[in-house]
Amino acid sequence: MKVDGIALVTAPATAADRRETRQYLLLLLPALLTLGAFFVYPLFGILLRSIYKNGYTLESYRQVVGTSVYLMVIALTFRTAAVVTLIALLLGYPLAYVLATVRPRLARVLVVIVVLPFLTSIIVRTYAWMVLLGRNGVVNHYLQALGLTDGPLRLLYNQAGVVVGMTYVLLPFMVLTLASAMRGIDPALLRAAHSLGASRWQAFRRIFLPLSTPGIAGGTLLVFILSLGFFITPALMGGPSDVMIAMLIEREVEFTLNWSFASTLAVILLLLTLVGFAVYYRLMRLERLFEGLG
Amino acid sequence: MAAPERVSAGAEVRLQGLTKLFGPVVAVSDVSITVPAGSFFTLLGPSGSGKTTTLMMVAGFVHPSRGSIAIDGIDVAALPPQKRDLGMVFQSYAVFPHLTVAENIAFPLEVRKVSAADIRRRVGEVLELVRLTGYERRLPRQLSGGEQQRVALARALVFHPRVLLMDEPLGALDKKLRGHMQGELKRIQRHLHVTVIYVTHDQEEALTMSDRVAVMRGGRTEQVGTPAELYESPVSPFVADFVGESNFLDGLVVSTNPDGSAVVRAEGGLELRGVSREPLQVGQRVVAAVRPEKIVPQEARDSELNRGKGVVDQVVYVGDATRYAVALGAAGTLTVKVQNRLASRPLAIGDLVELAWDAGDTRLFARAVP
Repeated sequence: MKVDGIALVTAPATAADRRETRQYLLLLLPALLTLGAFFVYPLFGILLRSIYKNGYTLESYRQVVGTSVYLMVIALTFRTAAVVTLIALLLGYPLAYVLATVRPRLARVLVVIVVLPFLTSIIVRTYAWMVLLGRNGVVNHYLQALGLTDGPLRLLYNQAGVVVGMTYVLLPFMVLTLASAMRGIDPALLRAAHSLGASRWQAFRRIFLPLSTPGIAGGTLLVFILSLGFFITPALMGGPSDVMIAMLIEREVEFTLNWSFASTLAVILLLLTLVGFAVYYRLMRLERLFEGLG
Repeated sequence: MAAPERVSAGAEVRLQGLTKLFGPVVAVSDVSITVPAGSFFTLLGPSGSGKTTTLMMVAGFVHPSRGSIAIDGIDVAALPPQKRDLGMVFQSYAVFPHLTVAENIAFPLEVRKVSAADIRRRVGEVLELVRLTGYERRLPRQLSGGEQQRVALARALVFHPRVLLMDEPLGALDKKLRGHMQGELKRIQRHLHVTVIYVTHDQEEALTMSDRVAVMRGGRTEQVGTPAELYESPVSPFVADFVGESNFLDGLVVSTNPDGSAVVRAEGGLELRGVSREPLQVGQRVVAAVRPEKIVPQEARDSELNRGKGVVDQVVYVGDATRYAVALGAAGTLTVKVQNRLASRPLAIGDLVELAWDAGDTRLFARAVP
């Protein structure tokens, strides 16, 4: 019988133990150096730059908080990310379900189809959507031909265009994360549910769906965070009012050369993302995801 | 048992001409079995013999290509698994990992819309039956394999199914625990009078637990009978070998008697008396099978006994008994099993020994003409 919470007996550290610990740290060194050089140092640089402008100051932060336009952009960014995440989940879940439950050979083909867009440039894919969604694009053409609308719909250069474009680009991340979690669900569990009298819907609702929550948590988190920093698609497919925070940062860096302010925006985005992550972690009990437990 | 368990009478299960083809592969071929109500019935066979496919057809997860499945006279072949009202225990336990023990067991009752009070009472009763009272709030990952198996069993019994299907349920447990669980299963089955159809490749398990056993081979039933029938009068060398253990000696029939016995000359001139289920002819090629524990190393004077002289080739001490391999020259090597008693004189490698065994313990099988 297993007992919960096994008491760990720790012997006092001996010199040999300490030497062993030092050796392990030595093995970690390359990884720590890489992390430091490519992640910690640049991040620290951004943090520093955000509070330094001819001397240390919180001027930039005050400017962001005090200007309604910036706050609106941040709000719009989070809202867009949330909408994109939700749509990607709704579209991706059935697709992932199929991917996870069909015969292995068919599943491999489907995975290739899902991943294929990754192999083409995101700019090419975005322009393709612009062709499809334009005033005289394919979608409007068929909508009118079928008599569903009288005139061409505005599908581009507005929020709708941004959401469509971003969802398309991010959908594979959602599908692959969901499918890998679903593949970990033992099919015998569903058979067991049926043998116990559960209908297909009951078995899905009571067994499959709860067991796929680690995938839902992982997929939505990944898509949401990627959405927050999205740049190319909203820049090309959005209208003048669909400014996302990444576009704001780009503008500061490219045109006004106000790197300090760009850094401030980046730090705010990072902090808000971390806060969101922390809340989410508590809500979805993400530790289960990282433990790899269903 | 303190809790008054409602007695759910088992149902009779009748399989008629059951056949399953997977493409060109015949997995199950023309299986006709009647499982009496309330009995413990085992499908025994090596892997690939079709025993699990047969069980899956009864459960409803595999659709038969031909044949019928009737439970208490009602054909269920067209019903999906959830409509058949059968309890099932899987080899992998298939305990829902995100639900507690109590929630797992409550599941079949909840999908049947049983009231919360009834669910609580029945979960408590069945937990007592499988001796897991106090485990209600544990999660499956906090349980050992044997405990998970009990949860799976409780879950399959709680809705009082008339038939319980078990697919190698003890395969993943260690030997000691397996023996204990075998006893528990029998106790529960007798207590509930539920019909059990049990799949295993372990002949010992089949013999100790079953009322009746169907030995399966290549998708067909080779023999159906009580454990004693299978062991004492197997219909084929396959059954003689698969159920228990047998020595096989090739030979030719030299004379036959009206009572069904015959004398066979094995390779090297060894003469044996044996019995056969079917009439044999003089000159026919046969296989003689005799179980290791039926052979006694001794000076045989009784003319009714079969005798053979040989040299001890191998000695294996197995605790309760010692197994000897005795080379009989051209006739082959016989395995002999002798209970270890203080009085028994152990043999050593190289010892000359005379073996004797009863003609009635020698089963003769006609060999297929090549």
